[in-house]
Amino acid sequence: MRNLSSAVKLYKHYISINIRSMMQYKTSFFFSAMGQFLVSFHVFLGIFFMFKRFSAVDGFSYSEVLLCYSIVLLEFSLAEMFVRGFDTFSGMVRTGEFDRVLVRPRNEILQVLGSKFELTRIGRMLQAVVMFLYGIAKSGVAWTFPKILTVIFMLVGGTVVFSGLFIIYAALCFFTLDGLEFMNIFTDGAREFGKYPVGVYGEKMLLFATFFVPYALIQYYPLLFILGRRMAPFYILLPLAAFWFLIPALALWKFGVRHYTSSGS
Amino acid sequence: MITMEHVCKSYRIAKRNAGFREACRSLFRRETEEIQALKDVSFTIRDGEMVGYIGPNGAGKSSTIKILSGILTPNSGTVLVDGRVPHRDRIAHVKEIGVVFGQRSQLWWDVPVIDSFELLKDIYTIPDNIYKKNLEELTGLLNLGELLRSPTRQLSLGQRMRCEIAASLLHEPRILFLDEPTIGLDAVSKLAVREFIRRQNQLHGTTVILTTHDMQDIEALASRIILIGKGRILMDGTLEDIRRGGENIDETVAELYRSYDIAN
Repeated sequence: MRNLSSAVKLYKHYISINIRSMMQYKTSFFFSAMGQFLVSFHVFLGIFFMFKRFSAVDGFSYSEVLLCYSIVLLEFSLAEMFVRGFDTFSGMVRTGEFDRVLVRPRNEILQVLGSKFELTRIGRMLQAVVMFLYGIAKSGVAWTFPKILTVIFMLVGGTVVFSGLFIIYAALCFFTLDGLEFMNIFTDGAREFGKYPVGVYGEKMLLFATFFVPYALIQYYPLLFILGRRMAPFYILLPLAAFWFLIPALALWKFGVRHYTSSGS
Repeated sequence: MITMEHVCKSYRIAKRNAGFREACRSLFRRETEEIQALKDVSFTIRDGEMVGYIGPNGAGKSSTIKILSGILTPNSGTVLVDGRVPHRDRIAHVKEIGVVFGQRSQLWWDVPVIDSFELLKDIYTIPDNIYKKNLEELTGLLNLGELLRSPTRQLSLGQRMRCEIAASLLHEPRILFLDEPTIGLDAVSKLAVREFIRRQNQLHGTTVILTTHDMQDIEALASRIILIGKGRILMDGTLEDIRRGGENIDETVAELYRSYDIAN
């Protein structure tokens, strides 16, 4: 317990020092955050023009798709904000900064998490919140407590899934420093195709997104519950089931650290 | 007490010839070569010793430091630092050591130095009173004063190095590893750093292991010298052992490298 409270204290300290660092460059922060806002805005426009021509995609209306996308975007931005240290981990290995992590008496994951906190993602979150509010207003969902709980679980579970992907990405850096662009298919790619409920991509894709990388657990199934197309209460908890994804991610990370300490490259 | 017995360490590194075609070929057929970084390295360092660990580039100095600080696992041999195996008992081990990499900073670039120190206090869970006492002492000895309130990026190299050294001593380590601590420093800063390290050793009995290419560092600090070349320990003795007559120290060492055929 004392360990945990000391870890939480240290983590807060890391966040605070990250924010203080960022405040040294106020203009840069402001423009980055605004950039993030605008970049996601063009996706919003994409969806908007698409629905100008077609009134529904596989049975999902414009506002429903917006609701879906805004939640995915929030999840992704939260993960990027808090787990950015893993996303940019290749730099840490290349510069030898990871050696510094290893000579400190703290858990490596905590230190990598603390090494970077990307507050500029707040711009994208703002965009997501605007879309989310619009979706709520237009989709005509009758909000009940279980549905609100589902949204919260989606956000938690989704942040975990994206974080898991970033951790896997970082773990691979221990083995190869370049040629990891393919991982973007799973991270940025997921954000992009997460615009539409995964079910619209067909049966196979849905299977993949349920059992391989559990996108569907944090997006498609709970969305069906929110939109009132599924009634069974276990749909509320499905996003939390996505936590299993952390197990292989952390195992790979551990394996990577061991490889690093034995090869030192 | 530090003991290394029959420690070996090798790496696999990828090799290929120059050119675009070769680069494409290596995508499919990787040729690797095994590099023996350390071959049967053994030595013992007692508490409170100041040891200069020297050798040409690529001799195995940083591999040794990395093994002693728990970053690397040796292929074979035994390593014991105060009764612990560094790579197996990493967290307990690194509480007792301080590491300064001369080429890399451990301070946060954009915030005042004191902010980095405060973070280190939480990283090492240093109790308030001990932190305060050490900070006061280090500030006095290293003449940090006003520097603590400037962001790291605005410090000169010499000022930064003094802060780096202070940062690695806040938690009162029993062993201090210094990897090229005077690299790139001007004469005044060099003298200040050397003087401080000597004081630290006398005052607190800190064991100091120093790797450097600057022979004046060695002259000023190390009572004992370990020479490594091509992964082997070639000599373990005092400065007097390698010095013959009144020659310049750099020439003496260059001569020594040549005589062992380890110059590159």
